[in-house]
Amino acid sequence: MLAQIHVTFKDGVLDPQGKTVHHALNDLGYDEVQDVNIGKYLEVKLDSTSEEEAEIRVREMCEKLLANTVIESFRFTLVPTD
Amino acid sequence: MKCGIVVFPGSNCDHDCYHILKQVLNQETHWLWHKEEANLESFDLVILPGGFSYGDYLRAGSIAHFSPIMNSIIRFASAGGKVLGICNGFQILLECGLLPGALIQNQSRKFICKNVFVNIDNPNTAFTQNCKDNRVLEIPIAHHQGSYYIDPHSLSQLEENGQIIFRYCDTNGKVSTESNPNGSVGSIAGVANEQKNVMGMMPHPERCADPLWPRIDGQLIFQSLISNS
Repeated sequence: MLAQIHVTFKDGVLDPQGKTVHHALNDLGYDEVQDVNIGKYLEVKLDSTSEEEAEIRVREMCEKLLANTVIESFRFTLVPTD
Repeated sequence: MKCGIVVFPGSNCDHDCYHILKQVLNQETHWLWHKEEANLESFDLVILPGGFSYGDYLRAGSIAHFSPIMNSIIRFASAGGKVLGICNGFQILLECGLLPGALIQNQSRKFICKNVFVNIDNPNTAFTQNCKDNRVLEIPIAHHQGSYYIDPHSLSQLEENGQIIFRYCDTNGKVSTESNPNGSVGSIAGVANEQKNVMGMMPHPERCADPLWPRIDGQLIFQSLISNS
């Protein structure tokens, strides 16, 4: 099983990288761009057998280490692999 | 004063701290290796030094949080032991939850290495008690992830409890947007826990505490701790 995890800044936390890319896109003529939020994408390979178990364990991994919940939020999807 | 200095893989200010405490201030100083738990009962102070523990991978301080020595330090801090985190050490204390808030990338997105001024917001702590007559210190900073963040509700709690120890300021001690080098909320450069026995700061007092250099404002922090022990 593969956990595809996205970690991004919470609303209200300054994201200087996102801001810079936002301005760069506007400079390139993409005036429709309203906001850019840059985060992290992680792929975690698991040998879990049940999706329920993986769901609990991955949530725990995110809260413990992969995201700092003071400033970041996370979401993930579990994808079956061969 | 009996001090311990933690060495993580990637710490690079550990020797500076050791030099100041042992050679300059003649204090009993020991190394604490990250891979081992330690009995800290007889210690007065533990320092988490600056550097790039575990290469700053994932987030600065996030991996160091789970080193065996941190179990001993969390126990030591809970029992009232004094812990000082400098720069990366501050980041580790925040990741552990021993201090509130978080540090994110500087607003300018640049690594900043220069001398700044900080105003002592609370001179009534073990870390600042010798600063009562000298409320503005000139101390160097050197960091990329030093912009302090805390939500507005927790910020007012910090203010109420006197947990804000340092704010970036100008030479006269005036705190303003211009004197804030990295975009920190409230120009915060250092905070303590509620009990004031754990303190983290982005500026490096160990880099301005040897009388061979023209500036020794950093000594006041270490002298405060010595007076307090």
